[in-house]
Amino acid sequence: MARIVVDPITRIEGHLRIEAEIEGGFIKDAWSSATMFRGIEKILRGRDPRDAWFWTQRFCGVCTTVHSIASIRAVEDALKIKIPPNAQLIRNIIMGIQNVQDHVIHFYHLHALDWVDITSGLKADPTKTAALAASISDWPNNSATYFKGVQDKVAAFVASGRLGPFANAYWGHPAYKLPPEANLMATAHYLEALEWQKDVIKIHAILGSKNPHPQSFLVGGMSIPIDPDSQNALNADKLYEIKRLLKKAQQFVEKVYIPDLLAIASFYKEWAGIGGGVGNYLSYGEFPDANGNLWFPSGALLNKDLSNVIPVDQGKIAEYVDHSWFENSAGAGKGLHPFEGETEVNYTGPKPPYKNLDTDAKYSFVKSPRYEEKSMEVGPLARILVAYASGHKETKAAVDMVLGKLGVGAPALFSTLGRTAARGIDALLIAQQTPKWLDELIGNISKGDYRIHNNENWDPSTWPVEAKGYGFHEAPRGALGHWIRIKDQKILNYQAVVPSTWNASPRDAKGQRGAYEAALVGTPVADQNKPLEILRTIHSFDPCLACAVHVMDVNGNELVKVKVS
Amino acid sequence: MSSEKKSGVPEESEHGLEKQGYSIGEILKQRGVSRRDFLKFCTAMTAAMSLPASFAPSVAQALDEVKRPTLVWLNFQDCTGDTEALLRAANPTVGEIILDILSVDYHETIMAAAGHQADEALEKTITAHKGKYICVVEGSISMKDGGVYGCTSGKTHLEIARRVCGDALATIAIGTCAAYGGIAAAVPNPTGAVGVSDAVPGITVINLPGCPCNADNLTATVVHYLVFGKIPVMDSKGRPLFAYGKRIHDNCERRPHFDAGQYVEQWGDDAHRKGFCLYKMGCKGPATFHNCPTQRYNEKTSWPVASGHGCAGCSEPQFWDTMSPMYRRLPNVPGFGIEATADKIGLGLVVGAGAAFAVHGALSALRKDKEPEETKEG
Repeated sequence: MARIVVDPITRIEGHLRIEAEIEGGFIKDAWSSATMFRGIEKILRGRDPRDAWFWTQRFCGVCTTVHSIASIRAVEDALKIKIPPNAQLIRNIIMGIQNVQDHVIHFYHLHALDWVDITSGLKADPTKTAALAASISDWPNNSATYFKGVQDKVAAFVASGRLGPFANAYWGHPAYKLPPEANLMATAHYLEALEWQKDVIKIHAILGSKNPHPQSFLVGGMSIPIDPDSQNALNADKLYEIKRLLKKAQQFVEKVYIPDLLAIASFYKEWAGIGGGVGNYLSYGEFPDANGNLWFPSGALLNKDLSNVIPVDQGKIAEYVDHSWFENSAGAGKGLHPFEGETEVNYTGPKPPYKNLDTDAKYSFVKSPRYEEKSMEVGPLARILVAYASGHKETKAAVDMVLGKLGVGAPALFSTLGRTAARGIDALLIAQQTPKWLDELIGNISKGDYRIHNNENWDPSTWPVEAKGYGFHEAPRGALGHWIRIKDQKILNYQAVVPSTWNASPRDAKGQRGAYEAALVGTPVADQNKPLEILRTIHSFDPCLACAVHVMDVNGNELVKVKVS
Repeated sequence: MSSEKKSGVPEESEHGLEKQGYSIGEILKQRGVSRRDFLKFCTAMTAAMSLPASFAPSVAQALDEVKRPTLVWLNFQDCTGDTEALLRAANPTVGEIILDILSVDYHETIMAAAGHQADEALEKTITAHKGKYICVVEGSISMKDGGVYGCTSGKTHLEIARRVCGDALATIAIGTCAAYGGIAAAVPNPTGAVGVSDAVPGITVINLPGCPCNADNLTATVVHYLVFGKIPVMDSKGRPLFAYGKRIHDNCERRPHFDAGQYVEQWGDDAHRKGFCLYKMGCKGPATFHNCPTQRYNEKTSWPVASGHGCAGCSEPQFWDTMSPMYRRLPNVPGFGIEATADKIGLGLVVGAGAAFAVHGALSALRKDKEPEETKEG
């Protein structure tokens, strides 16, 4: 049995290390380790709760809006603040385009090279490539001239002898299955998506000043004023620009991303039987309307059972640290609810530089969140499965379309390929829905509703002495929760349980694997010196490690003893 | 293709363009980038570097003569926000940066190789181009407990920084974390996080703070070096003057409202909708040096004040502690009267900004008008 290490796992956010034992060409066991942390929750204590969104936003610059959203929701929950409908719609548009843009970047720039061999595309016939592309989409760019231009550009780049970020990769690996024409088509769209993503995300700049890290969030609403008669507010000019960019986003998803996803997936159908993992799924639901009803439903699924959607109860979440570099005064094998969250960092790993971690002991800076003591997978797959199982009309139609085109049944979703396909379905659904929120916003403005902020409880002197609340958000990578306790107008305790904490978690006290670890077991590895297959399954989760590793406080456990009524 | 391995993998060419000494201008031509687009890029860069438009031809000429330089990008205690900012770059775009302008030999977020193949790529680059490559660092470096709070490939980030930054021509600390420690270094700094120049003393570091850094300032810094053959002049905090030489407040489009005493008092009020000054809502523009008001973000679409929210002061060292709470107004910023007063106020607000003031003393003599009320919270 051979033990291999992949560190760094590249084309992700953050610092992730995978160790795996391989036997007979398959992964027998695997361990997921996060090797960096900063301790932002500890730093947050004693600060103004209204600032928290700006700090937690820095958990992650990739999913750059999600912690702001979860944070302002948590504070609004604690202080019982209801936001105006326009602020809700603006948040939905910001979340919507974040999801779509993030998914496209993931597919083309972080995940595609696991399936696409760029160098093979140099052998493609541009005319045949154009014919292939025309058979799956009427995207106007897909001409022979266009593909020839891309091929020439890549050829000249390769001829320069400097491959830059494409050097030393797994090119030519036997697990690459696409014909040269499909490789060229995907390479062309890799470059095209690079241009597209920076354009469509200008919606964040219009509504929030910049991306990454837009700056118009406020507890109680948004800071971008609405006034069609002002040049310094959201007016017709800016709304129309958003409309144009949303259309551009939707067209690219419909005509490029989804057709490419289906085309590539059709060559890798065996991956619909690999990488299933824990089989339990959790989604918090998302996109509230003015009454707080969610467009994507919330729910949990256990043991891949789509016939029973379990209602989510945040009280059933607890975090364990038995294999994490933390201590927990509750004792070994005991989890703590985030409101009681109390963790003391204690690195007990090997002294760097090291070759291997002691995976029987503690081996990660990520904690192990569990729902009713069960390991859960979160993300687009969980979101789509919960919506599908709940009978969400749009989701059902999109899932059935994708399954139908690939000629596979619903069980194919419980896999590496299913995870990647679900992300595309998620992007498609949200790209089609977001323009409707913009129309609603325009409708409100037409009726003279310019409200963007609820000032009632902005002044801390209006707050109760103590308060607590939580905020849920379905981020691009899945179920995200922030929990806050406020005392004397300051943050008493802050905890976040983020999507990649669920997915990247190490084992818990019972030895139950986290979602990455479970998904890797049984994955084939053709060449253990070039473990391309590990990247496929890990990337299918779209890891985001800076988010996952934030939860720590060095010695602040006295704070949790404070009882909040 | 000049040479290929059996697997179809092209080897490092003996006849590569760079090895024949071709310039960026020629490489771009070879790759089908028109002269017109190239000149457009040069004009944009000239603007980003705060040079007069008449400099554009010199920029073009200089780039025509420079070879594609090697760049390695290291991610430490970061959120990848500066990498995302790079992806939003427009002049040039990230595609042009990767394929045409630079040779980005190591960048964990975008590179195809992983694990030991990625390690090899880094090792090969820093050995082959020792003393000649540019290193970009994103994120702070943990110094506590032997640096165990940040490891890649089993090595501490501190060890990696010492090696890779130590052998670089120059290191660009992108974002406030790499420049000054940033959010991880905020009180109580649980991991002993510091910026690059503190972690690896004695090396050449150019700080490009901002949360995240404006990608235009990164490309302009690189082009500045390519064009002039030297690193840009910096202030006492290691920031290039072309991007950080002026105070936000002095370049702010809402400055006339400050001087006229017209302030937003409440989110969404009439003054907010009309774009009045955000000073009373906690704007830190009067204490922050950055070119946000002129350079803006996302192809000049906007910047924080234009979205109705105050500046957070993100390009200043330790702004997380010194500029918070975010919505508390800065104390004692009177309406500016005369230059001397302005400098005095600025020095009071921004500790150690002397070098920057020395070059930007171009504050116009503004009529002293209404002064904002003293802060209640402050």
